[in-house]
Amino acid sequence: MKNHVLRPFIVFLGIVALILIARMFFVPRDFGIGERGYMYGWHRKGNEQDWKNFKVKYQGKEYCKDCHTDRYNSINKTPHRIIECEDCHGPAIDHPSDPPKLTIDRSRELCLRCHYPLPYPTSGRSRIRGIDPDTHNPGTECSSCHNPHNPMEGLR
Amino acid sequence: MITRRDFLRHTALGIAGVALPFAAFEIVDPEKLMARESSDPSKVRWVFLVDTYKCVGCGMCVKACKLENEVPYDANVTRTWVERYVITKDGKVHADTPKGARDGFTTAKIDLGEGKFENIKAEDIDKAFFVPKLCNQCDNPPCVQVCPVGATYQAADGVVLVDRTWCIGCGYCIMGCPYGVRFFHPVYRTAEKCNFCYHRITKGMKTACVDACPFGARRIGNIKDPNDPVTKIIMTERVGVLKEEYGTKPQVFYIGLDKEVR
Repeated sequence: MKNHVLRPFIVFLGIVALILIARMFFVPRDFGIGERGYMYGWHRKGNEQDWKNFKVKYQGKEYCKDCHTDRYNSINKTPHRIIECEDCHGPAIDHPSDPPKLTIDRSRELCLRCHYPLPYPTSGRSRIRGIDPDTHNPGTECSSCHNPHNPMEGLR
Repeated sequence: MITRRDFLRHTALGIAGVALPFAAFEIVDPEKLMARESSDPSKVRWVFLVDTYKCVGCGMCVKACKLENEVPYDANVTRTWVERYVITKDGKVHADTPKGARDGFTTAKIDLGEGKFENIKAEDIDKAFFVPKLCNQCDNPPCVQVCPVGATYQAADGVVLVDRTWCIGCGYCIMGCPYGVRFFHPVYRTAEKCNFCYHRITKGMKTACVDACPFGARRIGNIKDPNDPVTKIIMTERVGVLKEEYGTKPQVFYIGLDKEVR
C-alpha cells in the first residue's frame, strides 16, 4: 500500500481504538441484554436494584395499629374504616422518629373529595351521601362537628 | 444415472432431515426442567386491574402517588391521574381531569382549561363515571423500543423502568407512548413514568395508589399466579384494555370500560 494511503489509515485505526477503549471505561460493567431480550431488555442491571431501594413512604394501616390502637379500633366500627389513616394524616415515612408529628389535612376540600354530591349514575360516587358546601355551614371545618373517626357520632 | 423416482425420494428425505432440529434428539431431564421453572425470574408478571364502577373520583391515589414517588406536588405532571367522563343526552362527551384529579372532583362543573368551566345539569346526564389511568406496562412497550441509549427497559417481571443516570432526555419515549403516561421529571430532568411502585411491589407491598384507594377500585396482581384474585377476575370476567389496536399489549385491565374512554 502506498504511504499516503497507509498513514491516514493508521490514524483512522487509532481513533477507532480510542473510541473502543473510552467506551470500555464509560459503559458500566452490568450493562447488557436482560431477560426481556435485546429489544426490551437492553439496560444497566444495577438500575433494577436502584429502584428497589427507593424509600417507602406510605406504610399502611397496620403500621399505625400498635401505638394508635384506640383510633384504629374506633374507625373500624364506622363506614370510614375503608379509608387509610395516611389518606388524611399524610405519609408516615419513619414516624415517630421522622417525622415526629404528621400534618393532618383538616380542610373541607379533603372531605368534599367524596362528599361533594355528583349525580353520576354509573359511578359509586352517586351512592355516597353528600352536602352542598355553599349552604352546609360554609367556612367551618367539618371536624368541628363531625368526628372523622366516627362521622355521625352524637348527630343522628 | 439418477432416476426421477430416486431424485424425488432423496429430496424428500433430505428436506425431512434438515427440518428436524437438534433439540429433537435431546433427552428431556425432568430435574433440569424443574430447576429452570423454579429459578425462572419470569414467574412474576405484574398486572393492574381497575374497576371503574367503584371509582368515585376522590383522587386519593393521585395524592398518594405524588408523595410516595417524589413527583413535585404542585407541578402539573403526575404518574397516575383520574379522568371524569360525563356523557349527556345529546350524545356529547365531556371529559376533564383538573390537576390530574390530585384534589379529587369537588365540583359538578367540567374543567375546560384556561379557567373556563362548563355547567351540566343533572337531568341531562346519560352516564358519567371516573377512569383512573396509569402506565400500562405493555408487553410490547413502544417507549422502550425507541430509546436510543438503553435508559428505559422492561424488567423480567414486566415492569418498564427508567434509568435516571442513563437517560439523555431526548423525549422519544414521551412521544412514543400512545397513552401519554410519560413526562419529564421537573427535578431530575429525565423521562418519568409509573413503575407500579417497584420499590413496594418487590417488597410484597401493594402500590401506593392501591393502598390509598378506599373503594378497592385499583388492584395489582401477578398474572402468572393462577390463584391470584386479580388473575381470576381477568381470566373469568369481562375486562377491557386501552387502545388495543396499537398492538402494545397493555397490562392494565379495566372493568366497565366504555367506548368514549380514550
